[in-house]
Amino acid sequence: MSANATPVRARRRPPREAAGSPLLLGHGRLPRILAGTALVVLAVVWLVPFLWAIATSVQSEEDVATTGLSPFKGALTLDSYTEILERGNVSVWAFNSFLIAGLVTLLTVVVSTLAAYGFSRGTFRGRRALLAVTVAAIMIPPQLLVVPLFDQMLLFHMVDTYAAVILPQVVAPMMVFILKRFFDGIPKELEEAARIDGASEFRVFRSIVLPLSRPIVAAVAIFVFIGAWNNFMWPFIVTNDPDLMTLPVGLATVKDAYGIQYAQSMASALLAALPLIVVFLLFQRRIVNSVATTGLGGS
Amino acid sequence: MTTTAPPGSQRRTEPPTAPADGRRAVLRRIRSGNGFVFVLPFLLVFALFMVWPIVQGLWMSFTDSSLALRDTSFVGLDNYTEAFGDPDVWSSLGNTVFFTAISSVPLVLVALAMALLVHSGLAGQWAWRLAFFAPYLLPVTVVTLIWTWLYQPELGLGNQFLDTLGMEPVGWLSDESVAMWSIAALTVWWTVGFNFLLYLAALQSLPTTFDEAAALDGAGAWRRLWSITLPQLRRTTGLVAMLQVLASLKVFDQIYILTKGGPNGSTRPVLEYVYDVGFTGYRLGYASAVSYLFFALIIVVSLVQFRLFRRED
Repeated sequence: MSANATPVRARRRPPREAAGSPLLLGHGRLPRILAGTALVVLAVVWLVPFLWAIATSVQSEEDVATTGLSPFKGALTLDSYTEILERGNVSVWAFNSFLIAGLVTLLTVVVSTLAAYGFSRGTFRGRRALLAVTVAAIMIPPQLLVVPLFDQMLLFHMVDTYAAVILPQVVAPMMVFILKRFFDGIPKELEEAARIDGASEFRVFRSIVLPLSRPIVAAVAIFVFIGAWNNFMWPFIVTNDPDLMTLPVGLATVKDAYGIQYAQSMASALLAALPLIVVFLLFQRRIVNSVATTGLGGS
Repeated sequence: MTTTAPPGSQRRTEPPTAPADGRRAVLRRIRSGNGFVFVLPFLLVFALFMVWPIVQGLWMSFTDSSLALRDTSFVGLDNYTEAFGDPDVWSSLGNTVFFTAISSVPLVLVALAMALLVHSGLAGQWAWRLAFFAPYLLPVTVVTLIWTWLYQPELGLGNQFLDTLGMEPVGWLSDESVAMWSIAALTVWWTVGFNFLLYLAALQSLPTTFDEAAALDGAGAWRRLWSITLPQLRRTTGLVAMLQVLASLKVFDQIYILTKGGPNGSTRPVLEYVYDVGFTGYRLGYASAVSYLFFALIIVVSLVQFRLFRRED
């Protein structure tokens, strides 16, 4: 809150992308070798499930089901991928996932940044009380609200609609709090000048505060998107129509239908995994920084 | 009134009415721009989709509300007394606590080890980060599809691996004494990446001066890790552990998809019991009561953690 707090945090990055601390290992060769070995072992363990899934997905079902330590032996084929894509469900679900996660992200970012600005700069009565309620709500696990929330959706006749999946996810008190704290750190002098020049509050928000907050807004957007893309329990409960399901929900409903068709089940898993992995590869640095800024608030 | 005066002249000549008028303008600005409109959209969704279900759920927990029949009646504390005497509540609570214990510890320690190793400055930073963080990006269903196959009794990687070592196959998800451990292993693989990034970020923002000074004094790498780096990470560890315990207590998705709480209810967590009672058994009132008891527990845990965390500071 202090007036002399500068928005340095906005620009703060972990020093040097890949430098690490060479000091940590000293100059001895042994610690270096030990650390390297441990790292490689851990990374291999972490990658094995992916590799095993990939290897399985490019086999024919018969090869997977019959041969022993099979996935690396049989002839390579992309049959399971083509079969899944032809069946069409997966693409519908992927479309729904993009649509739903995209809208959740857009709405959450708009609603939360506006609210954070109001809480940070507003002077209305009851501001502190409302903020306290919002912060307290961070503790409430959304999963505990599914029963009354479902009842509410029945009442509104909203079960099996996009709106029912999307709207409850837009409530993100944590994000409001993170953004509010960031806005508090932006010096008010800039805004005062604009206000004296007659700029409206919204103008001040849009042309001064928002541009200064781009990194934190991006961080919030990324996390809301990942969360919405991967959300399972609520969409699972509120959608029964296969045409409205998201990828995680749709795949869960057909999981048993795949039965012992492991090649196809791995292919569908990998197809569903692909979008976010690509997103990560594109925005890796930003995502890593996001965890730092939103997760620890730079403390 | 004074709008006729051109802005330039107004400042210089200051008619006697100007201060009062100026104050009124300021007041108007405050009233129109007191910021409430900014908060309004959030308050709307917050009231509708958070406050309403909280209040509604609390009310339902005192009724015999059901998905099957629409008329409900007030039953007082019946649901709560029933919950306290319900062995399924206690066993699912036990399962949740057990899962939290066996998953949180490795989720913190493995993440710390990964971050320290990656931070030690070996080449290929982005590749390590990708390897450890990628699983976190997977939707739960993808994770369970892959691990169902790894845990498959005859052809799965797990048992094939044991077989090549000449060991007996394990019923990863079908053996009551193993299933929860298998789920914990999957969970560590899936979500450790987030804690890893938290630690990595903390390491990268640590001041290096102490480390440098100790190195000049001839302290070895191991010694500096224990005496300098780890103590510096105390705060981060407190935070990561706190977030992790709260996240683990809320386990539902992966268990529901993998085992549906089986075999024999041995992996069923509280949230799944709520789901089973509410949506399979149609007893919304009772399900709400159980979730409110669980919510009370979560609040107690967070308060205790919060106090511990504060004392550490």
